[in-house]
Parts: sequence; structure tokens; C-alpha cells
Amino acid sequence: MNEREELLKTRRDPALCREPARSSMGLYLHYISLKLREIMEYKASFILTVLGQFLVSFQVFLGIYFLMERFHQVMGYTYGEVVLCYGIFLLGYSLAECISRGFDAFSRMVRQGTFDRIMLRPRSTVLQILGSGFELNRLGHLLQAAVMFAYGVYVSDVSWTFFRALAVICMLIGGALLFTGLFMIYAALCFFTLEGLEFMNVFTDGAKEYGKYPIDVYGKRIMRLCTFVVPYTLVQYYPLQYVLGRSQNGLLIIAPLGTILFLGLCAIVWRAGIRHYQSAGS
Amino acid sequence: MITMEHVNKSYRVAKRSAGMKEACKAFFRRESQRIEALKDVSFSIEDGEMVGYIGPNGAGKSSTIKILSGILTPESGSCLVDGRIPWKDRIQHVKHIGVVFGQRSQLWWDVPILDSFRLLQDIYSISNSMYQNNLEELTELLDLKELLRTPARQLSLGQRMRCELAASLLHSPDILFLDEPTIGLDAVSKLAVREFIRRLNREHHTTVILTTHDMQDIEAITDRIILIGKGRVLMDGTLDQLHAQEGEGDLDQIIAGLYRRLDIV
Repeated sequence: MNEREELLKTRRDPALCREPARSSMGLYLHYISLKLREIMEYKASFILTVLGQFLVSFQVFLGIYFLMERFHQVMGYTYGEVVLCYGIFLLGYSLAECISRGFDAFSRMVRQGTFDRIMLRPRSTVLQILGSGFELNRLGHLLQAAVMFAYGVYVSDVSWTFFRALAVICMLIGGALLFTGLFMIYAALCFFTLEGLEFMNVFTDGAKEYGKYPIDVYGKRIMRLCTFVVPYTLVQYYPLQYVLGRSQNGLLIIAPLGTILFLGLCAIVWRAGIRHYQSAGS
Repeated sequence: MITMEHVNKSYRVAKRSAGMKEACKAFFRRESQRIEALKDVSFSIEDGEMVGYIGPNGAGKSSTIKILSGILTPESGSCLVDGRIPWKDRIQHVKHIGVVFGQRSQLWWDVPILDSFRLLQDIYSISNSMYQNNLEELTELLDLKELLRTPARQLSLGQRMRCELAASLLHSPDILFLDEPTIGLDAVSKLAVREFIRRLNREHHTTVILTTHDMQDIEAITDRIILIGKGRVLMDGTLDQLHAQEGEGDLDQIIAGLYRRLDIV
């Protein structure tokens, strides 16, 4: 057998030439490292982005600070409690943004036809979208949220117990899941309209702003909306009552995990979207 | 082996006249029209064949390629590629095919070509030995040595197309779909691409399905042509058969005459 034929044989035999699929996490990190190299091609822009993103939204924090300086409390919540609430909510949001905001890039992919390329690669479409839609500035947001969170824990007068800490961890996970679901729905809608629906930002970026105060501050009607339409209260108001010692109900600790159900619903919409894409074309 | 039997596909296309008033109207009630992209399309292609898939713009060429590569689902009819239903076993299916779109790049724009290739190695889970083997071979045949360290955005179209071809072949696909691979290329690059495709087929027995408007591509590469117009297969045969039927002479003239006579332009 000559060399050529041998090579041909190796090429043909799948057992010889394919390793077991690389882990999804590994591939995701590979995407991020490629993104990093891509951005570093433009040095000045890279540095300014990182710096700018880190500084920009401390203004929100200043907003709370000056408000509290005048009024000392909002609807019975002290300054420390509000900062803690905001820190937790913002960190959950930033985690979601870091992991799954790549969905935002999705409507552009559909319009430009790059989603076809994603369908042509032997990996899950979600993984590829998140990988190629990753943006570095989100790491800046995450860092900022972590600082805010740490400050919130520091200034709040919570006497920490194991279960209160657990509730906070559940709030972070729940928040990340909730916003991931929202980003997902947002992307899935593009399957049907081909245009980004700007108003959907109310539920993500808007919520990030309004979520700095415990939701009961906004009144009964908003509370209901934020429980039954988009379950923000599950990751913010209810578990917060336990953390702040206003309720002893242990169920509130795991309330944030209810967002798993919400994420499930979002995934169903997403799948419907993919099917719609396959049957509708470009 | 590729078989398509009685495949139908139609799209809804939004319709509206120009102007603000019409745009507002369309906002509330969108009129749409059904366009039949494919009507009862059937053909089969053996392993190792090189087929030119031709037809005027909008004839249904891209829809066919998209169905065969698992991007689109047809409305009715069946389609099997090496025993797989493309849109049902998408992930398994796309491991065995390569697709080059002449008008769209699959390379990452701002990083050296080699970085793109490494990521593809990860995406397709290609073993290191196979990756090295294929990379060496493709580098030699496509003369990529000087290009691999350059970001895609700095390459000329011809250079980039050679890299696109390599990117689609790193995982040793059995079938290669080429959608207008020579569009916009200069004469030297065109010849290089054609020569490479012939050699790929000869040495690796890769099935090649080529859509193009460049009849010289067809003459240089394919043995068989399938002509599609307004969603129907109108002719399926070898180049010799075409010449026997339509007379000798310039292929462009023959095809243009055929389009007009069949009223598919």
C-alpha cells in the first residue's frame, strides 16, 4: 500500500481520525481566547474599552448614595440594605451577561446570514452563539458588580448565618438564570421578526436599573407584574426578606430556584424559533 | 451517495410598495406572498462525482444546497445523504461535509488564519495527527505558507478563497459543497482553485457539488450538470450529452440559449 492510499484510509476511517468530542467548556474558552486576540489587534480600543467599562456605571451607585444621603431610608429599607439588594441583583445580572449575553449578537447573525455557518458546524447552536457573541467589556461589568456586591455585604448590618449566605448564593444563581432566560427569549423573537425588539431591553437593562431597590418599593401592581410575568421577585424581594431577617420562612431561601422553570419556558420558545428558521429560510 | 426525491420548498416573502404610507400599513397588516423555491426536485449523486448545479439567479440553487447541508427543512419529499437525513441528524451530518460560500467568509476576520484553523480543529474535534496531516497537505497544495500568519482581513480575495477552501477541508469531509467559489477571482486564482478541486477529487475521492455562473468552472471541473430553473430540474446529464443535444460551441452561448428557450430567466 503506498503512502497516498494509507493517508486516504486514515482520512476515511472515522475511528482513526476523530477524537472524542472536546468538552463544550473547552470550546467556549477557546472562543473567548480568540475574541481576546481579536480585540488585541486594536490596542488602543482594547485599553479604552476595559477602562471605560469599569468606570461608567459607578454612577448608579452614586445615585443611590446621594438619594440616601437626603432621605436615609426608602420605604423602610436602610442605605445598607438597598446597597446589598442592588449588589446581589447586579452581580446576578452581570453573571448572566458574561455567560449568555452573546444571544444579543444573534439577530445580527440571522440578518447577515452567519447563522447558516453556525448550523454547518457540528456543535450545539447555543454554544456557538454564546462563544462567538462574547464581548470583553462584560468582564469589566462583572468586576464592577463584584465590587458593588462586596461593598453591599460590608455596609449592610446583616448578621450572617449559614442559611442567609445560602439564600444570597441562591439569589445570584437564580438571577443569572432569569436573565439568561430573558436574553434567550429576546434572541428567539428575532427568528420571527428579523429585527431586534428594542423594547425588550426594559426587561434586561431596565430591570438592572430598577432592581436596585427591593421591588415592593414600587407598589402592589408592579410586584404582581414582577412575579407572574417575569419572576424578578423570586430572585430579589422574597429571598431578601429572609436575608434581612424580616421573615423566617425557610422556603424563601430556595425561591430563586423557581427561575429554572422560567428558563425552561424560554428554552421551549428558543427551540420553536430554530424550527421556524429551518422552515422559513434566510 | 446523495438522493433527493420529490422535494418541495416554499417561502413566505413580505411584500409592500415603497413609501412611508405603505410602510405604516405593512406595520399592521403584512401582505405576504408564497414563493415556491423548489418543486418536485429529484436527483441522485454517486460518491466521488463532480456535479455542476446551474441555473439563473433565484432558480433554487441555494435552497437545494441549504437542504442538503441541513440548514433548511423541506416541506415534503425525502433527502438522504450517506444514509443521513441532513436536517434531522444535523450534528452527525455536518461532520462529514464541507461548505464554501464564495460570498461569505467563515474565517475570523481579525486573527491570523492559523488561529481560525485551530478553533476549527476544536469545533470538529480533529485529532492532532490528522490536523497536522491535513494542514501540511493543504498548505502545500494551496500554497498557504505565507498566508497562515496573516489576519483574514488583510488577504486579497484570491488568497482568502484558498484559505476558505482549506478551512472547509480540515476535517476531511466526504462531500464538498461549493457555492460560487471563483466569484470575483482573478485568472490566476481561478485556475488555482479549479486545479485544486480536481486534484482533491482525484486523490481523496471527495464528492463535489458546485454552483456557479462561470461556465469555465463547469467545463474545467464537472463531469455532469444539473440544470434547475424556477424550482424544477430541467436537465440532468453529462457535458457531452449537452453538446450532443445543443450542438458544439461556446458553453455560455449554449446555456444562455437554453435559459431563454426554457423561459426560466
